[in-house]
Amino acid sequence: MKFMMVVKATKDSEEGKMPSQELIDAMARYNEELVRAGVLLAAEGLHPTSNAIQISYPEPNKKPIVTDGPFTEAKELIAGFTLIEVKSKEEAIEWAMRMPDPHGYGQGQIELRQVFEASELTDDETALAKEKQLRETIASKPKA
Amino acid sequence: MTEPNVRQILEGIWAIESAKIIATLTRLVRTIDLAEDFAQDALTAALKSWPETGVPSNPAAWLTKTAKNRAIDYLRREKQRKNKYEQLGWELNQQSLLIWDEIDEPIQDDLLRLLFMTCHPVLTKEARVALTLRLLAGLSTEEIARAFLTSQSTVAQRIVRAKRKLATDQVPFELPDKETLIDRLASVLEVIYLMFNEGYSASAGITLTRPVLCHEALRLGRILAELIPDRSEIHGLVGLMEIQTSRLKARINTAGEAILLKDQNRARWDYLHIRRGLTAINRAEQLKQPYGSYLIQALIAACHAKARIVEETDWIKISALYAALIQVEPSPVIELNRAVALSMAFGPEAGLVVVDALNQEPSLKNYYLLPSVHADLLLKVGRHEEAADKFNQAAMLTDNEQERALLLKRSHECKINEANFERS
Repeated sequence: MKFMMVVKATKDSEEGKMPSQELIDAMARYNEELVRAGVLLAAEGLHPTSNAIQISYPEPNKKPIVTDGPFTEAKELIAGFTLIEVKSKEEAIEWAMRMPDPHGYGQGQIELRQVFEASELTDDETALAKEKQLRETIASKPKA
Repeated sequence: MTEPNVRQILEGIWAIESAKIIATLTRLVRTIDLAEDFAQDALTAALKSWPETGVPSNPAAWLTKTAKNRAIDYLRREKQRKNKYEQLGWELNQQSLLIWDEIDEPIQDDLLRLLFMTCHPVLTKEARVALTLRLLAGLSTEEIARAFLTSQSTVAQRIVRAKRKLATDQVPFELPDKETLIDRLASVLEVIYLMFNEGYSASAGITLTRPVLCHEALRLGRILAELIPDRSEIHGLVGLMEIQTSRLKARINTAGEAILLKDQNRARWDYLHIRRGLTAINRAEQLKQPYGSYLIQALIAACHAKARIVEETDWIKISALYAALIQVEPSPVIELNRAVALSMAFGPEAGLVVVDALNQEPSLKNYYLLPSVHADLLLKVGRHEEAADKFNQAAMLTDNEQERALLLKRSHECKINEANFERS
């Protein structure tokens, strides 16, 4: 089972302030623990939303609206994620509980989300065939 | 989670800590049987006291300490008992003194010692796999039984016998020395890959994949790669398993049948696992050690993984890698794979030369893939009649009903083609 631990953005992370050395060390130790337990798949931190864009579709089938960052409401934004592969939801919760408070100063928040498994995904044959065709078209284009 | 359920919290902690706790305890009491008992005792103690006292601030440490205390109590009692009967040896005295010193040493080496113990060559392969799943992966007897589609009592018995065998053969809880390391490590890797393959190609039963086994094997492989980072074969095996895992979603159709690599929808491959596989291979190659069988197999898997469409597959490289694989692990089955790769790289004639030689190989006499591959190649060079015979021969040799039907159909098509060819 795969789970994603989503680290929420804070005022500091949005302002591009680096976390304290203490937190960086704690995170490094935590990631090391994940690696040694054989459960870490990926861990990435994101730039603040000041260089992000948002694409929204207020009307279905119409052109999207593109908005430049930064975005407000830090709590709704994410600052990073850690993807783990574990035996059970219980194990995922335990790992999430062991993650250091990601930003400190009272604003740290981690969200634990389960990733869809193969059996839960659609097996729509037409959609899959289309996907395959698209892939072949892309691959057949001469390489730059 | 409004009310933390102690049982669920313990389940999570147990998944992470059980192997480490059992390993540490084995160092103290020297037998895995007792170690497992004391670990279980600690678990029971937690289930009893935590709902009242609340979950301790460091629950993992609490469990380890409780289990260790049980073990130390036991050792004390043993010592007293032996004193009483005047059987006290100087040995035991020394041992218990050492124990006190050793207690807080890092547990990483213990984990490795335990892995070498459960994968010890005195045990049968089945026993090694079951015991490793139980002690290192923390699976219950029930979970192991489900994964192997067998009864709980069979698995339980297998584990009991394995433990007894380790005890009677006095297999020590220690790291192998330099001379035996390579062989012992090979045994560990074999267990991990057996576990993985059992899950991946499900040798019996209706489901083609049993992800629990794949997952546990991959996890153990990754742990081992961190414990012994300087052996290229470990990274090779991890790379191989990561890349094979990347195909789990694509290798079975909605009807539950296997889809061949060449027919798989590559958009459904898991590119995260592929990337991890390529990284592991890279780590292995940087160690500049002689290429072992797992690393070469991983490199072959990587050739497929890198091809966005089947036509982009680098068959020349694959044929060369199969030739290398035969050098480290001579096998007619691998030679047959090389024949297929050669035919893809240089045309069917190149493959036919190898297949013709393999027809003399006694161990492949009843191997249906040989005539099946042979038929394919004959068909490609327009020798329809011979191809029809070979497809027929392959159909007679396979146990798989679906496969047989397909082979007979292809044989029939060859005959029709041949007839049309003669008429025109």
